[in-house]
Amino acid sequence: MIMLEPRDQPSRLMQWLSPLLAVALTVLCGVLFFSYLGLEVKGAFYVFFIEPVSSMYGVGELLLKASPLCLIALGLAVGYRANIWNIGAEGQMVLGGIFGTYAAMYWLALPSYLLIPAILLMSILGGLLWAGIVAALKNWFNANELLTSLMLVYISFQLLLQVMTGTQENLALLQDPNGAGFPISPLFEMKAMLPMFSELNWSLWSTTRMHVGIFITLLFIPVMWLLVNRSFLGYQMLVAGQAPAAAAYSGFNQKKLVWTCLLISGGMAGLAGGLEMIGPNGQLQASWKPGYGFAAIIVAFVGRLQPIGIAIASLILSITYLGGESAQSSLSLPKSITLLFQGCLLFFLLACDLFIQFRLKWKPKNQQKTVGA
Amino acid sequence: MSTELILSLTSLLAIGLGYAIPLIFASMGELVVEKSGVLNLGVEGMMIVGAVTAFSVTVDTGSVWLGLLAGGIAGTLISVIFAVLAIHLLTRQVPTGLALTIFGLGLSGYLGKDLVGKTVPDSIVYPVPILKEIPILGDSLFTQTLPGYLAIIIGLVVVYVLAKTRIGLIVRAVGESPEVAHSIGFSVRKTRYAATLFGGLMAGLGGGYIALIQQKFWVENMTAGIGWIALILVVFSSWKPFRLILGAIFFGIISGLSFYMQAKNYPINPNLLNSMPFIASMVVLCITSANSKRSSANAPASLGQSYHS
Amino acid sequence: MINIIKKPLLQLKNISKVYPSVVANDQINLVIEPGEIHAVLGENGAGKSTLMKMIYGVSQPTVGDIFWQGKQVSIPNPATARKMGIGMVFQHFALFETLTVVENVALALEASEFNLSVLANKIEEVSERYGLPINPYQSVHSLSVGERQRVEIVRCLLQDPKLLIMDEPTSVLTPQAVQTLFKTLRKLSSEGCAILYISHKLDEIQTLCHSAMVLRHGKVTGHANPQQETASSLAQMMIGQALPEVKKAQKTFTEVRLSVDGLTTKSASQFETALSNINLKVHGGEIVGIAGVSGNGQNELVKYISGELTGSSQANNVVIMDTPVDGKNCAQRRELGLVFVPEERLGRGAVPVLDLKYNALLTGYSKNMLTGGAIKWIKPKKLQEFTDSCIEDNDVRCGGRDAIAKSLSGGNLQKFIVGRELALSPKVVLVSQPTWGVDVGAASFIRQELIDLASTGAAVLVISEEIEELFEICDTLYVISEGQLSPATAATDTTVSEIGLWMAGMWPDGPATLATNDNTAAQAQGV
Repeated sequence: MIMLEPRDQPSRLMQWLSPLLAVALTVLCGVLFFSYLGLEVKGAFYVFFIEPVSSMYGVGELLLKASPLCLIALGLAVGYRANIWNIGAEGQMVLGGIFGTYAAMYWLALPSYLLIPAILLMSILGGLLWAGIVAALKNWFNANELLTSLMLVYISFQLLLQVMTGTQENLALLQDPNGAGFPISPLFEMKAMLPMFSELNWSLWSTTRMHVGIFITLLFIPVMWLLVNRSFLGYQMLVAGQAPAAAAYSGFNQKKLVWTCLLISGGMAGLAGGLEMIGPNGQLQASWKPGYGFAAIIVAFVGRLQPIGIAIASLILSITYLGGESAQSSLSLPKSITLLFQGCLLFFLLACDLFIQFRLKWKPKNQQKTVGA
Repeated sequence: MSTELILSLTSLLAIGLGYAIPLIFASMGELVVEKSGVLNLGVEGMMIVGAVTAFSVTVDTGSVWLGLLAGGIAGTLISVIFAVLAIHLLTRQVPTGLALTIFGLGLSGYLGKDLVGKTVPDSIVYPVPILKEIPILGDSLFTQTLPGYLAIIIGLVVVYVLAKTRIGLIVRAVGESPEVAHSIGFSVRKTRYAATLFGGLMAGLGGGYIALIQQKFWVENMTAGIGWIALILVVFSSWKPFRLILGAIFFGIISGLSFYMQAKNYPINPNLLNSMPFIASMVVLCITSANSKRSSANAPASLGQSYHS
Repeated sequence: MINIIKKPLLQLKNISKVYPSVVANDQINLVIEPGEIHAVLGENGAGKSTLMKMIYGVSQPTVGDIFWQGKQVSIPNPATARKMGIGMVFQHFALFETLTVVENVALALEASEFNLSVLANKIEEVSERYGLPINPYQSVHSLSVGERQRVEIVRCLLQDPKLLIMDEPTSVLTPQAVQTLFKTLRKLSSEGCAILYISHKLDEIQTLCHSAMVLRHGKVTGHANPQQETASSLAQMMIGQALPEVKKAQKTFTEVRLSVDGLTTKSASQFETALSNINLKVHGGEIVGIAGVSGNGQNELVKYISGELTGSSQANNVVIMDTPVDGKNCAQRRELGLVFVPEERLGRGAVPVLDLKYNALLTGYSKNMLTGGAIKWIKPKKLQEFTDSCIEDNDVRCGGRDAIAKSLSGGNLQKFIVGRELALSPKVVLVSQPTWGVDVGAASFIRQELIDLASTGAAVLVISEEIEELFEICDTLYVISEGQLSPATAATDTTVSEIGLWMAGMWPDGPATLATNDNTAAQAQGV
């Protein structure tokens, strides 16, 4: 009989091996799934995992999708370490998109070097607002942040409809006046858009849609690393997450921690929304459902809640998006199999994490004896 | 009271109850799961898988009952994934539930790819004789489809079982203190498995009801947050089953309000109306949580914690 | 049944239980006759509870055989044990707080007997016969500790046990309630029920038990007739050495450093005790002890002094170093010179999954370990030095500063926490249950540390359930009962039995004296 036996010390090896194992198991699952569908496994594998990144354009797309995932997950991880479960980054991102779009539409009088920061600050503000509601409700009413943050996702979609849908005669706030009443914003002007690599004459990237927003994400990786691993605040968050009574014993201000964690994650999700607007999207649409806010939860876990791990994990999750799109066009599979693989990845990761705290042990069965008297 | 007001109250209540039925299914299931100490956040995922399976089976067979049954079985099966991970492999319950929801949304999208645009037969409404004559309540409460009555009956059975029977006592005991339950000789694992699978069954039935009876079509993501509202309802009810049924009806009416107002052409912002269930659930969550003494008194003490014997 | 050849009720042959890191029981042999009261004696961690759990079917022996009435058996689970006629009263009660007494009892019985109203009658019957009054329809969370123990015993008795296992039954009782319990146990024994009595209290075993087995480090170190042994010879078997003595220093008290003045609180939940008009003073150089059965408000009092709870009904109830601390949190009170060792080591005094460095930082950060302004950064070098000195100065046996807290034994972790707190050069020390679950060596080390600290002028407040411990180290004693605090008394002016009475609330104007004189004695025995 195989038994689980607790380890004295958590395994550092498994800490990092577990995500790799989970990725491998997910790929294996994918192979089984493709062969079950009767697809030629090698071909399907190629379509899903290799083809999307076989060109420079593809690499650009990979990074374009990884960037918001990474940015949001970096913020979420701070909260998750403190056991503060913001799962509504999707809504905070939508708010960031709405606020950013407002600035991009109405503040065109500003010069470009002020306009772009203003747009990004507005999008951060949108995320802060949405996450701030969650923090306030948690601190004032003790309301579970997991549930409220998620409710706000659904409300954010309704808010998006509100500012995007009107009639030609009665336009909504962010609707394009020349858009024949369609629920879209105008295409943003050049001065509101982030410069693209191709415009900067970086020839290697000339075929891609890459823009300078990725540098913001790259900047956040070391910043968050310092915050998480070297600052007293990061330590306090860890203690609050692992042993709330110890945090109270030490005298950490728990309410302040709740505000900090939620505002950091909300602000970063909002920023990601703004970057999407003036980066690859170039306009806001009523049907915008980025999905990054949910996928970033998985990124945060696969990345071990550590900034460097998160950067790598965002690339892995980005592949599942590209693979899903490529499978949709080449294999005529629905795009939702992306979610299927993402769910699988998180399942496998959580299961593999068991071996950080436990090891397997072979235990011979007890010899038979009479039971009872 | 004018006839018109009575009529509109009746129809609002009827619509509201229609929305309440899937909530009763899902939240009653989750209540039992949480009573045993397990927090399964995957209700939305289990519901959507139940919905797509039910719809697909009914499209193939023409039978609403077979479809509903299949939805329940699908919900149960997918909850097994959660049970194995969270109960056997001791994974953290919050992320495991999230993974289940993501997985369920993906799986249902895949399974439902050919179902968009298909239809299912109407379910027949069975008014209960005599009771349906009660003014206002009769026409709404006692004019349901058979699966609707099933939800109410299951709900009442759960109320009884949890309060009065030995099985209910064991579930509550395991949820309060798995260590003590184990030392007395109950299998924490078996109890939690059974509760989790029951939760899956109920979520699957709830999802099936949405697809087959409430909406009668399939579209990706059609449960649209109802699974999450079911989770909030459990908190709102302070883990008391009877309050849960009343809460579900209250939320059903709020959800129905938007449909009703739009049908009647009331000049109220439709986006605001559509947000109402979510805003209302946040408000009730705040109200119930604010008094921690009262709200936590009835919460299962081991909720969300893994147990390794 | 005719017993021609007398068979023992229970016999254990070469029972061993091996856990990955420790041999909890090593080749244990034990024989129990019907009607015998048999003691199993040993200090914390000697393996007593492990052995009992195997007899009760909670866990299974790694090797060895169990014989029940002469037949070899295996006991796969507690239900089987109960069916065989084995009942157990756990040290940490196996009761569900939110269920009623009768529901709790019903859960331990066969499914076929599930009839709550019939059962409630039976409970009343049995509890009356053995002098254990309880109300079957009361919720367990509203019962006192003594009443909970009665529920446990009645639950066992309803199953007509042939063997009753009592795990440290008196650790939660006042000395007077202990006498009532003994009366019940003797009555049971006279009716033929054998009792396995687990304890580390020598005097109890000498008054109650017919025979004793002594365990140390999982091994049997002796069988004895306790009535023929002296306390010190039993202690020798139990500890393996003479009891270490604590050296007391000359006393000079200085100014009042900690005072609590009329502290009255409301309970925030059904699991909390409300405090009523608490008054106490601790001077520099003084060690003050608060005795009491746990659950009488110790937790709440400690939290109001430490700052984990604030906002009592009146302002400025707690004064530390002449500063009213109302509304100040733990960190702010620590700045005034307060340090605090809580009773829960894992999860409160230390973070179980973090290493010792990060656990040293928990309160040690004030020792020049942070730098920076708005965002504070950790100085890794200072942290390491502090951690290393906590480990070395207090002889903490561990895998170094990178070992995680939960990998340490209870005694070593407690030494680490005490060391960390005392390294902060405290002016006021608050210590709750300093030696709970700690081995004898570590316990005497910790007591000596407290005495030494007081002799350097610190004010020390110790809350403990161990009366002997308090008499050993304290200058002044208080007793807490039902959220009220007794008047102060010098430790030299009182006796264990007086403190015992006070623990039942029976000091002049104490909570128990509010009842009429007739009821007083009964209440004292009941609590």
